This record gives sequence, C-alpha cells and structure tokens, in this order.
Amino acid sequence: MKVAAKTANEAMAEAMRQINPDVVAAYPITPSTEIVQLFSQFVADGLVDTEFVPVESEHSAASACTGAAAAGARVMTATASQGLALMNEVLFVTAGLRLPMVICEIARTLSAPINIHCDHSDTMDQRDTGWMQFYAEDSQEAYDLVIQAMKISEEAFLPAMVSADAFILSHSLQRIDMLEDREVQTFLGEHKTPFNLLDTDHPITVGPLDLQDYYFEHKRSEAQAMKDADKVIKKVFRDFGKKFGRNYKLIEEYKMKDAKRAIVLMGSTAGTAKEVVDTLRADGEKVGLVKIFAFRPWPTEEINKALKDVECLGVMDRAEGMSGFGAPLFTEVRSSLFDEKKKPDTYGYVYGLGGRDITPEDIRKVFDDLKMVKRGKKLQRNSYLGVRE
Amino acid sequence: MGVNLKELSKQEDLFASGHRACAGCGPAIAIRQALLASGKDTVVGFSTGCMEVVSTIFPYTAWKVPYIHSLFENVAATISGVEAGYKALKKKGKIKKDINLIAFGGDGGTYDIGLQALSGAMERGHNMLYICYDNQAYMNTGIQRSSATPYGASTTTSPSGKVIPGKTRWRKDLTEIMAAHDIPYVAQASISEWRDYMSKVQKALSIKGPKFIVVFAPCQLGWYYKKEDTIKIADMAVKSRFWPLYEVENGIHKITKDPKKVIPVEEWLKLQGRFRHLFKNGNKKIIEEIQEKVDGRWEKLKKLEEVGL
Repeated sequence: MKVAAKTANEAMAEAMRQINPDVVAAYPITPSTEIVQLFSQFVADGLVDTEFVPVESEHSAASACTGAAAAGARVMTATASQGLALMNEVLFVTAGLRLPMVICEIARTLSAPINIHCDHSDTMDQRDTGWMQFYAEDSQEAYDLVIQAMKISEEAFLPAMVSADAFILSHSLQRIDMLEDREVQTFLGEHKTPFNLLDTDHPITVGPLDLQDYYFEHKRSEAQAMKDADKVIKKVFRDFGKKFGRNYKLIEEYKMKDAKRAIVLMGSTAGTAKEVVDTLRADGEKVGLVKIFAFRPWPTEEINKALKDVECLGVMDRAEGMSGFGAPLFTEVRSSLFDEKKKPDTYGYVYGLGGRDITPEDIRKVFDDLKMVKRGKKLQRNSYLGVRE
Repeated sequence: MGVNLKELSKQEDLFASGHRACAGCGPAIAIRQALLASGKDTVVGFSTGCMEVVSTIFPYTAWKVPYIHSLFENVAATISGVEAGYKALKKKGKIKKDINLIAFGGDGGTYDIGLQALSGAMERGHNMLYICYDNQAYMNTGIQRSSATPYGASTTTSPSGKVIPGKTRWRKDLTEIMAAHDIPYVAQASISEWRDYMSKVQKALSIKGPKFIVVFAPCQLGWYYKKEDTIKIADMAVKSRFWPLYEVENGIHKITKDPKKVIPVEEWLKLQGRFRHLFKNGNKKIIEEIQEKVDGRWEKLKKLEEVGL
C-alpha cells in the first residue's frame, strides 16, 4: 500500500496504468483531458503495454474500444460531458453486444448554454444505455471503483462507467491509498472472452440484423444481465474489501440507523452532507445520509431497506431531467419506495447545476424543510437549491 | 501480382450464397470478389447498409470469416479498434496468425456519414483496408441521394420534377480526398473488371498501413436497369470513362485500365432509369455537361500520370 496525493483525474489515470489495458482509444475534453494526457505519457514512457489510439472524436473512441473489446482486448477510455453525449449511440452497441469496457467519466454539465463545470446531466443522459454506473465521492473512491469496475464489467459482460465530479474531484488534490501494481493485476486476473473476433478458424458474426423474431429476447437477456449484475458487483466489492480493507456496497448508509430524516444523493456532495449530518447529530437530531455508489443497476432492495424507517426524505439531484415532474434520482427513489407499506414522504431538490456551489447551509435547509413537513408545513414536491428565482 | 481464374475456381466462397441481396446486386459481387482475393484469415467490419442487412439476418449469416457490425458511421473506427486489439494481443503472444482487416462501407457510410471516422483512421495509420462499395445513393433506405450520387441522377431525395432535373450537384471525388491523406495505397475499381479489382485488393493487403479502395457496384433497384445488366452497366461506366480505373500508390497516379474503345457517356446514361429525364426536351444540356466533366476528369488523370504525380 502506498500513500499518495492525487486528483481524481490522476487517481483514475493511475488506476488505468495499473490495470494496463490492451487498448485505450481516447479524445480530449475538459475536464477529463488530463486522464488521457497522463495515460499517453505512461505509454510514451513504456510504463504500460497498451495500444493507445488517439482518435478524432469520442464517437470513434467508443467505436474503437467496442471493436477492440470484440477482438478480445481489455479496453478503457476516459471522457466527460459532450464527449459522453457524442458516445451515446455507441454505448448502446457496447452494452447490446455484451462487451466489457470501462469509461473513467468526469461528470460535467451539457450545453446549451456551454459550461464546463460539474453536474450529472451527462451521466443521467446515458442511464438507459445498458451501462453500469458508479459514482465516486472522492479520489480514493474514484481509484478503487475504476479497478473494481474493470473486474465487474468483465464478469458481468456489461460495460461500466465510473463517474467523478468535474473539478470538485477531477482537479482537487486528495490523499489516497494506492495498491501495488501487481496487486491490481492479481485482483483482475487475465482477461478471457468466450468468443473472439480474431479467431479466423472459428468465425463469428458480431452485431447481426436482429428482427421482430429475436431482438426482444436479446434485449430481455441484456436486461436480465443488468438485473443480475448486482450479485457480481457485491461479490467483487466483497473480494476487494477482504483483500485490501476498503469495503464498498451498492449504497453507503451514513448514520442511518435511527434516522427519521434523511438525504439521498450521489458523488462529491456526500462529503459536505456528512459534515452537516454530524453537526445536526451533535445537536441530537436524528438525521442521516444515503449515498448511492451504483446508480445502474438500480439498488432497489438496498434503498428501500435503508429508508424504511425514515419519515421525511430529501432526494438531491445534480441534474434537472427536464421532465416537469422531478429529476432522475428523485423519480427513481420515489418509484422504488412506492410499493412499500411504510415509506418516507419524499421531496426532490435540484442543486449545483453547471458547477454552482453546494454549501452546508443548502443541505441544512433540506433537513430544516423536512423537519417543517413533519410539523405539518406543506412543501413543494420538487424545488431548487441555490438558484436565483 | 496476378489473379488466376483457374486457381480462383478451386477456392471456397467466403461470402456464402443464400444471402438476401436482390438479383443482380453489384455490391454482393464486390464483397465476394474482395473475399476471394483476401482469403480466410480476414476479419471484416461492416457499416450499416444494404449488404449488412441482407447478409446477417439473425440467426443466419453469409459470412464465413469473422464479421462485426456496429453502426452506420463508425466502421473505420471500429476496425481501427480491432486492429489495436490485434496488435496488443499479438504482442502478448495470444494471437499468432497474420490477419487481414477489411472495413466495408457503402457510399452513404463512407462519402457522407462515415467520412470523419474514415479520415481519422487513415490519418492514424492503422494497418487496414477500407473498401467502399459505391452504388451512388442510400439504397438501403430507398434510394436517397448521397454525395456520391452523380449530377443529374434522380433519387427519392433529389427527384427529377417539373422544375428540378434530378441532382444539381456534382459527386464528391472521395478517391482524391483519400489520396490527399498521403496513405500508401488508394484505388478505384469496378466489379466488371474483376481481375483488376482483385489484384488491387491483394496489392493493398500486401502493403502495411492504411489503404482505401472504392469499387463501382451498380444497383439495379436504384438505377432502374434490367437486373441481368449489372456487369454491363459497370463495364460501360469504365468504357465511357465515367469511372476511371486507377490507383495512387505512394502518391503516384496510375491508370490501370485505359479503355481501347471509348463510348459516349450518353450510351451509359440512357440504359438507366435514374437518368431517363435527361433525355426529355430541354435537358440535353445536362448530358453535355456530364460528358464535359467526364472528359475533363480523364484529362486531368492522364496528366497526373504523365508527369508522374
């Protein structure tokens, strides 16, 4: 174990170096450019065996990675925002062909208006692609999740993206514990595929036309793979925890044991929220936090169990969703809870769009709101934090 | 390098019969000839289009070589990734064989929507051959104009009407655009000149680096001619010099087939329903313009060859 100071970009690039993938095809975009730059340097210095393909767009990055994965290679890339949006069409193909792959993703908002700062609009836009999605709170989690996602992806035969918040994480230096290179290699093992496009003695046809008579069954089995992926994730998380002492679950429950009011969120805001929870707890208030690691597959069981004794709940979304009804995380949480006999009164808050700061006061306001609901105040079902109305 | 008919006749077809292409399909011939030239240790990538649709309806496949289809515009990027994977795995000793990598795309997937990915893949220098089967329109979606559609042709999105006589723009010269990428080998071929085409495929595969061939592959459905005339139509395109057969090897142009008896382009146009309106009153000028363009291009090509460029 080695202690180092790394930004999330650096931490993810280091994870990539230690994974030593066969192929990385990537394109620069703020704020994930640094991952690609650092990795190119690893290639230039002979620290990895990777074939690096400096493509002309993110569409081609995802396409080249998908082709390489079909050829039996271990593949990775990095991107953000518009880059991920440009990959969208290909992401469905990677997942539909059941090919393993990992994207180191830096969560940045989408145009228009153009803005390079943090929110989750980009990854929320990709939530139906059939990719697993993991969200990191800090550099350590970004590093650990990338390594684990590679193994999960190869065992579940589904691609995965690990998301770290733009600038807040991508460009902030934090202390991390790094594994030894060989520990990462041993943990991952050799990449094996049941079929290989390059086996000319046993030719296969990948990506055929699939009509009314078979398409549905193929999508059904893909959906099942996503549903079953939670078992793979739990197994890999468990193995990682046992070997390296850092334990991950689909969700993190922070001071939830007797919590009556709680917040659900993803990513770096968890750090700020934990501090608010601590402060309120010191005042004797029964508050807690649920941080979601795995947004896809959606951890219904874990969420419902964690929230069953909560009376009032605030779901904080760093993306709008533009549904006119509530942002993506809110609708997902509320829908999960719908069939439960005992469930919290749930409110949605959209915050931090385009990198707007989220302060402890904002989070405290959510807990205060929830307290007022308990006292009979009528609250808007969905509202915004920190915006000028 | 010669292609021997006697030897070819003993070879197994790697693009199997039983696919669902139309009778008289030019592109199906283009694939079959390319695979006969490349042999079984070939991995094929395919862009969305007619040939992708007719050759792989699940659970059937016409491909006796490994095949991958991803999307419409990304076959060049997909095969560049396959090539990177191949290099990585070969370096590790996981793959021993030498394998040919061929990306196929129609003119829509190559001249238009896939041009960026193609340009990128060629510039990056992947060891791959890209073959564009050019049937001069989006045939899979029902004969819409592409940038490869010739001037004057009527398609469903450049129809000849009361005031507009078919396509009003000249076709894009993709062959020269590819040559401008300064890659080792670029060629124009036609399914009617199978020996020339297959020799070009073999030559391309013998050269390391990115290669590009565009093969003229008539579509009876979209061009409105008799389906038994596919080879004749391709042949007349060459003989009228509408479709010159040439190659650009390391930047040097060389005409590979100089038709002995040149026919007027009008002879070729009049066999095809897509040009029928040009033979009506008032449109004769368009045929003259086409002939001038064809002559001009041929002269330019001859000059390039003469001066060794």
